Amino acid sequence: MNVPVSRSAPPHTPYHPRWYRTRVSTYWWMLQWSYFRFVLRELTSLGVAYSCVILLCWIRALSRGPEAYEVLEKRLASPVVILLTVISLLLVLFHTITWFRLSADAMVVRVGGKRVPGVLISASNYVAWLVVSGILAWLLLR
Amino acid sequence: MADNIQLDVARYSPERDDSPSFQSYTVPLRKDWVVLDALNYVKDKIDGSVTFRWSCRMGVCGSCGMMVNGKPKLTCATFLSSYAPGPVRVEPLRYFPVVRDLVVEMSDFMTKFRKVKPWLVRKQEKPISEGEYLQTPQQLEHYKQFSMCINCTLCYAACPVYGLDPFFVGPAAIAMAQRYNLDSRDQGAEERMDILAQHEGIWGCTFVGECTKACPKNVDPAGSIQQYKLTAAMHWFKNLLMPRASK
Repeated sequence: MNVPVSRSAPPHTPYHPRWYRTRVSTYWWMLQWSYFRFVLRELTSLGVAYSCVILLCWIRALSRGPEAYEVLEKRLASPVVILLTVISLLLVLFHTITWFRLSADAMVVRVGGKRVPGVLISASNYVAWLVVSGILAWLLLR
Repeated sequence: MADNIQLDVARYSPERDDSPSFQSYTVPLRKDWVVLDALNYVKDKIDGSVTFRWSCRMGVCGSCGMMVNGKPKLTCATFLSSYAPGPVRVEPLRYFPVVRDLVVEMSDFMTKFRKVKPWLVRKQEKPISEGEYLQTPQQLEHYKQFSMCINCTLCYAACPVYGLDPFFVGPAAIAMAQRYNLDSRDQGAEERMDILAQHEGIWGCTFVGECTKACPKNVDPAGSIQQYKLTAAMHWFKNLLMPRASK
């Protein structure tokens, strides 16, 4: 059989086999739904960062007195900022829920020699979230 | 069910090809056939030059791992009928250099695997006269899941981090390190920590979680890495708070 030999291929020797290496595409994260979901989860960190910045702004305004607080309140009431806040809330919720789900894989808790099921670990996160939210609500609304 | 199915096999010859290409074969679609059976049919009856690795045919040796329709699979445990009416695309494991057709070069994995000391490390061996190192079923249960690894490297082919960063130690090697760390007979956790608590070790993992999904033995490498991260973080905090305690 006449085997076509590539001109650009360097000669193959038994001691230096010419391996083919595939380059990972820049768009690797778009080629599989699970990879895309992972990148989406990472991107939700931007929502978390945005929420932290807003929280710091609140604290700064509080320390500067009632006038600064009112100015910030007005600024945050603009439709664009409200939209941003709603988007960041959704991102933070997505981030939190996926994080709670993953915590079940990361934490091994043993009680009486037996591993506590992951569902219980995730559930305990939700319970802690509700308790902290409840305490904050009580502090702010009483 | 149709009588035949098309098998698109990636072909690469280092002597004559610049890059892999696909070659199609028509194989019988039998209910009891796995993808490996179809490949062996091609090799025996159609084209003897098709090259691939296989051995046990029962999901134990871990040598027949390939990409089947884009997913890392043990071809001996992947039924052909699941892909009917076809075609079935068979490629070498992703992210590894291809030696020929469906055969990949695994030295990188073997080097990393050895680096994490996947054996029982003892500071001092006790004399044989004192007997074996005993272990309770509970102690065995701590690491048993991770000991199921067959080194098939499907988890590496599923991990985009390994694809992007070739220095990343990777899922199976870290899971195996964790297997020995959790073994009550082992005393090498500190030595392994030095190797794995680095950027190319556990901290390189971004928890995509695909390694666990790809694992045919339910080892859960992703879980093992996250657990290791927690241990490493605690270790770091302990050293920070009580620097003298570790010395």
